[in-house]
Amino acid sequence: MRVRVSGSRLFGYLWLVPLALLTALPLFWMVSASLMPGGAATTYPVPLVPHRPTLEHYVSLFERFHMLRYLGNSLLVAGSITLGSLLLNALAGYAFAMLRFRGRERLLRLVLAVLLIPVQITILPLFLMMRAMGLVGTFAGVILPNLASALGIFLMYQFMRTFPISLIEAARMDGASEWQIFWRIALPLSRPMLVTLGLLTFMSAWNDFLWPLVILTRQTHYTLPVALANLIGERVQDVELVMAGSVVTTMPVLLLFLVLQRYYIPVLLRGGLSGM
Amino acid sequence: MKDGGLSIELRVAGWFLGPALSVVLIFQLMPAGAAFLLSLTDFDLYTFAAPDTLRIVGLRNYQMLLQDGRFWLALRNTLYFVGLGGVLTLGLSLGTALWLNQRFVRFRALLRTVYFAPVVTTLVAVAIVWRYIYHARYGLLNQGLQLLGLEPVDWLGDPRWALPSLVLMAVWKNYGYSLLIFMAALQAVPEELYDAARIDGADLWQQFRHVTLPTLRPVVLLTGLVTANGYFQVFAEPYVMTGGGPLDATLTMVLLLYDQGFRWWRLGYAAALAFVLFVLMLLLSAVLLRLQREAQR
Repeated sequence: MRVRVSGSRLFGYLWLVPLALLTALPLFWMVSASLMPGGAATTYPVPLVPHRPTLEHYVSLFERFHMLRYLGNSLLVAGSITLGSLLLNALAGYAFAMLRFRGRERLLRLVLAVLLIPVQITILPLFLMMRAMGLVGTFAGVILPNLASALGIFLMYQFMRTFPISLIEAARMDGASEWQIFWRIALPLSRPMLVTLGLLTFMSAWNDFLWPLVILTRQTHYTLPVALANLIGERVQDVELVMAGSVVTTMPVLLLFLVLQRYYIPVLLRGGLSGM
Repeated sequence: MKDGGLSIELRVAGWFLGPALSVVLIFQLMPAGAAFLLSLTDFDLYTFAAPDTLRIVGLRNYQMLLQDGRFWLALRNTLYFVGLGGVLTLGLSLGTALWLNQRFVRFRALLRTVYFAPVVTTLVAVAIVWRYIYHARYGLLNQGLQLLGLEPVDWLGDPRWALPSLVLMAVWKNYGYSLLIFMAALQAVPEELYDAARIDGADLWQQFRHVTLPTLRPVVLLTGLVTANGYFQVFAEPYVMTGGGPLDATLTMVLLLYDQGFRWWRLGYAAALAFVLFVLMLLLSAVLLRLQREAQR
């Protein structure tokens, strides 16, 4: 028995460790190549680590390729979407969880149905709408459609539904308005879900590509992924420069995730987001 | 959560629901309906200049779609992506979750973080990285092959290899997500079931077949649904890595939609394509949800 167990232990590690190395390798190489002097990443054999590390490509990105502006654009867009949608989704979640009104069930079912609609089928009419509203090429055009989501509403509703109703009723007895109850009781109690949903929203807004690509027609308004796709079109030979651009684009969300994963992972592990 | 005689008027609820529901209604639900209406028109570049020339053409866009060789190619490539990508993603994540959940494994949290890291990276950025990894001459992959004495392959330039290469990249990006879901599901399997199986003399494989798999089945189906829907919408990988080439070998439905809609401004035609995509995704969802219901019975 002992032999069999240690055999499976060996086999387990033979699976888990190489897979981890292979999974990390592309990200490692992205960082490593971004630190190599120009042309070094395209020599044979390709070096895995830079012999003479340099930050020249990062300097060049920020000085010649307006990286700071794109970084700012991405922060503005993802930040606005995150803050705005947290508030709006929480408000709606509160109404579904705490208020009794006619048509509640039907509205909730409608919200769930919206979960099934892929963004790809909506972008054509959405573009025409934005054009009619004069929002093509603006940040508002990227932000507005993402200011609330069916998933966000549903998750907030699910979370707030677990609050003890007696707490809310007591506050109502004391004459608190629904707004006060929402702001002073429901929102603070929702903090774990707000952090998780906020992280999730920020990441997907930061990483979003198709809609910003369609709606952001002016280079000055590009978010990082759009700017990066544009950069590779122009500088495809400058591997090290493009890798530095990839690092600048990826690292903020990756670091955010690493710092906050102890909030994020448990919610995922509870299967709460299996509909994502 | 009973209705305790508490009746708040719709007006109060409206203040709370109004903002979020307007966004969802105006920017998500309405455009979905409008996409269908748009697909019945001949909206194209000229319509922007002269909106009054817009005509309703019924199902003509759909007819044109069926006669368009690129549509069938995009459909075939997308289904290939969904099929191969789905199987590889589920297989890899399930296999890994099973090992990672074994009691002897150390550094579990670290390993989990590594597997999950690609999920949170920016797709465009890592697709660019993989574009270089696959490079015919100085790509990391070919250099690795040469070390083993194998011939280099033009991964993204060869029509036979381009699509599988994109699938592999997508699997790398996504498998960590389903891995996490499977780990959660595995932890929920009651330990007594394994004890009972062991007493009956079941080996590891038999425990997996008769205890783990049946309890996991609903989760696998649901995760398969999410994964497949994700792969139906593949866009950034071919856009960044191959531009749909070579010879349309990596043309996907959403890439064709983008190409027709926003490069050639054939919005009516692109809307028909979008609607076909939507129906395909709904069909798959219906089939998988049905399978799940049967599994739970």
